[in-house]
Amino acid sequence: MLVPEFKGYDFFPHHVRLKFMRYKELCFGLSVVAMLGSLLLFFTMGLNYGVDFKGGSLIEVRSTSGPADVSALRTKLGGLGLGSVQIQGLGEPTDVLIRIEQQPGGEAVQQVALKKVIDELGAGFQQRRVEVVGPAVSSELRTTGVIAVIAAVIAIICYVWFRFEWQFALGTVVALTHDVLLTVGIFSLFQLEFDLSIVAALLTILGYSVNDTVVVSDRIRENLRKYKKMELNELLDLSINETLSRTILTGVTTLVVLVALTLFGGEVIRNFSLAMLLGIIIGTYSSIFIAAPLLGFLGVKRDWSGEAAAKPGAAAAAKG
Amino acid sequence: MLHFSRAKMLLIALVCVFGFLATLPNFVSKETLANWPGFLPKQQLNLGLDLKGGAHLLLEMDRTELVKDWLINIQGDVRKRLRDAKIRYTGLGATASEVRVTLVDAADRDKALTELRTIATPIGNALVGTSGNDVEIAAGDGLLLTLTPTEPGIRQRLAHAATAAIEVVRRRIDALGTTEPSIVRQGEDRILVQVPGFDDTAKLKALIGQTAKLSFHDVHQNITAEEAQATRVPLGYRLYPDQENPQIEYLLQETPIIFGEDLVDAQPGFDSRTNEPIISFRFNQRAARVFGDFTSKNVGRPFAIVLDNGVIEGKRDVKVLSAPVIREPILGGSGQISGGFSVEEAGNLAIQLRSGALPTTLTIVEERSVGPALGADSIEAGTRAFLIGGIATVILTTIAYGTFGVFAVIGLLVNAVLILGIMSMMGATLTLPGIAGFVLTIGMAVDANVLIYERIREELRNGKPPTSAIDAGFSRAMITIADSQLTTLFAAFIMFWLGSGPIRGFAVTLTIGIFTSVFTAVTVTRLLIALWVANKNATSGRRWTVPI
Repeated sequence: MLVPEFKGYDFFPHHVRLKFMRYKELCFGLSVVAMLGSLLLFFTMGLNYGVDFKGGSLIEVRSTSGPADVSALRTKLGGLGLGSVQIQGLGEPTDVLIRIEQQPGGEAVQQVALKKVIDELGAGFQQRRVEVVGPAVSSELRTTGVIAVIAAVIAIICYVWFRFEWQFALGTVVALTHDVLLTVGIFSLFQLEFDLSIVAALLTILGYSVNDTVVVSDRIRENLRKYKKMELNELLDLSINETLSRTILTGVTTLVVLVALTLFGGEVIRNFSLAMLLGIIIGTYSSIFIAAPLLGFLGVKRDWSGEAAAKPGAAAAAKG
Repeated sequence: MLHFSRAKMLLIALVCVFGFLATLPNFVSKETLANWPGFLPKQQLNLGLDLKGGAHLLLEMDRTELVKDWLINIQGDVRKRLRDAKIRYTGLGATASEVRVTLVDAADRDKALTELRTIATPIGNALVGTSGNDVEIAAGDGLLLTLTPTEPGIRQRLAHAATAAIEVVRRRIDALGTTEPSIVRQGEDRILVQVPGFDDTAKLKALIGQTAKLSFHDVHQNITAEEAQATRVPLGYRLYPDQENPQIEYLLQETPIIFGEDLVDAQPGFDSRTNEPIISFRFNQRAARVFGDFTSKNVGRPFAIVLDNGVIEGKRDVKVLSAPVIREPILGGSGQISGGFSVEEAGNLAIQLRSGALPTTLTIVEERSVGPALGADSIEAGTRAFLIGGIATVILTTIAYGTFGVFAVIGLLVNAVLILGIMSMMGATLTLPGIAGFVLTIGMAVDANVLIYERIREELRNGKPPTSAIDAGFSRAMITIADSQLTTLFAAFIMFWLGSGPIRGFAVTLTIGIFTSVFTAVTVTRLLIALWVANKNATSGRRWTVPI
């Protein structure tokens, strides 16, 4: 064979049995606090919505004559009477991001404001990116964003419900809500810009988090059939431990990739990558510490031998 | 699970070769591609506007204006029908949603209704048949009759207007001579314009958003504009400001002699004597005759050339370009105008005149444009993130699973090639979030391998012999893989359904990535391992261990 033979490094101490269930009250407590905190942040500080949701304009320009003077620009553009004009330096000293808030008075006015700013900037700046979102579109995008997240959650719940017992579906719902809330909470806390791409990131996080939950749930179901007498908490612990090496390895490769995206993927998608990075961490945590322990609280039907085995999916799983 | 028939192996190999061939065009220049033999795929990846640079404009038609214009038309129709039928009426007028007319004589009511009903036309298409009329005519109490445009009627108008507007916008952008723009209707009253590789959005917007209509008007014979200002403007006349000096006004007949629609061509050029930028134009035959008649009868008198620029920044912009005195009859139906234009203005104006008027004002409700420089930077950043993330994944996988890790890495490479190949073949668009999706897919695709390999390790720990442990690893992990990938697929579908542009690009990459990663993890890697096992069994007999 062309591939040299060498053994992989099994980093994971498989004989160790971590007692996750012992800490479930603590984890639930922490998570409930974190979720409430996120809600509180959301309702008090709110989110730093991007132009997608808030309307207004965003202009990224590059100075053609050396580093851009942010404070000079601030005074220059602040005097245009366009309300709050935010100016932010970017990675390169020549690059500046200008945000103009949505102007009152409808759609055409936004374009007028944009033109004013561009005229005021003059020839010394090269436009790299312009985004103008009018009031109608921004309100539509807000609705779309909310619908997207809710639709994704419902689709996933239905799927999990169909494939597993209702307790699993409920556990998944709680875990997903937890993931979305916490990610949103962090965005609120650090006032990171929240735009349409973050919604896409949230959807991906949902997909990943469920992926994780499903892997653990599959194992729980398998073990429920295998160890009919084992105490439920012990069984949950066993299942989590058995899948832990996988959870960690997949989590690490995904994280490494996302770190690469966040650091090297460029300014435009930095927040998008960051949201996913956060979400993957939260999602992994929630499948181990939220979704699985919840089954312990809810109680899962132990007798799978009867009607459950008759289900084609369950039968296939049992056979393997 | 470790047995592959020859046919299956061949099929897997074919899929991989196909993926490789379909990806190849992206790494060679267009010139090389043109010389490729015909049987090879030539499709290159479509880059989204955020990578290639370009402008994305979402335009909204003015529904209210459209209805208002229609109501004015209906009003004219009512006037004509009633006059022709010799039915007397008082108070003909339009509200925001209907036309009202009050008859003088109650005896005319039925006759009037019959007459007015001819205004309405049935709405319908070949498939569904008719579905009511576009205007509803009703008799109120007593002498009042109302004509109300119906909702389906308005929708039909919007649809027609959208088709017309798309045509006009296309002609205008084509005149710029850039790459293929995409102009499509979105929803009921919106038009999405995407022009790749064009960074001068200011010019684009000016060209799209403005309507320019040229018309020729008769100047009032006896009353000057000053007199009209001082007293009153006679019926059927209006005051129009001069283009260069808005203080100067002209008193012109409101109904033009020649309408903007009669113009068949307009070209920018230079005056042969003064070298000033001009626009030369040509009328259609009918208008040429009308204009010939008019100029023959009115030698020695002035007429006015009026430019209607439509609504600019909320105000209607109509002005008189010039009011020359007719020296001799103008018979050929062509001429030229000079209005103190700059070369660029003359060029733009000619495009606008040539492409005809927009059926309604188009407002920009969303604009996203990316300069080519930023696009190139994004591609560079995306590629860098892909390489770094990919290399890290390769290292991690190889360390964790040894030889089998290398098999997984080969699977990943095939996966990457297949994603690019399928996207190229499908003509899917790669956006910046799409690159992120691609990178993420590589990271997540390892998941399938991790699930399988961890399972194999577990089976080995439980004391199973190597071959059956590998076998069990694959078959048991399979269900979990399917379950977990399906849920990400849901999320991707929803993004595609609700998202636009860049987000859709992300959803597309993610979806393709899910399918290819399952394929590569459970077939390509499995095939490699099956071959390895077969080789082991042949060389080392039954006495070998799994390097995992």
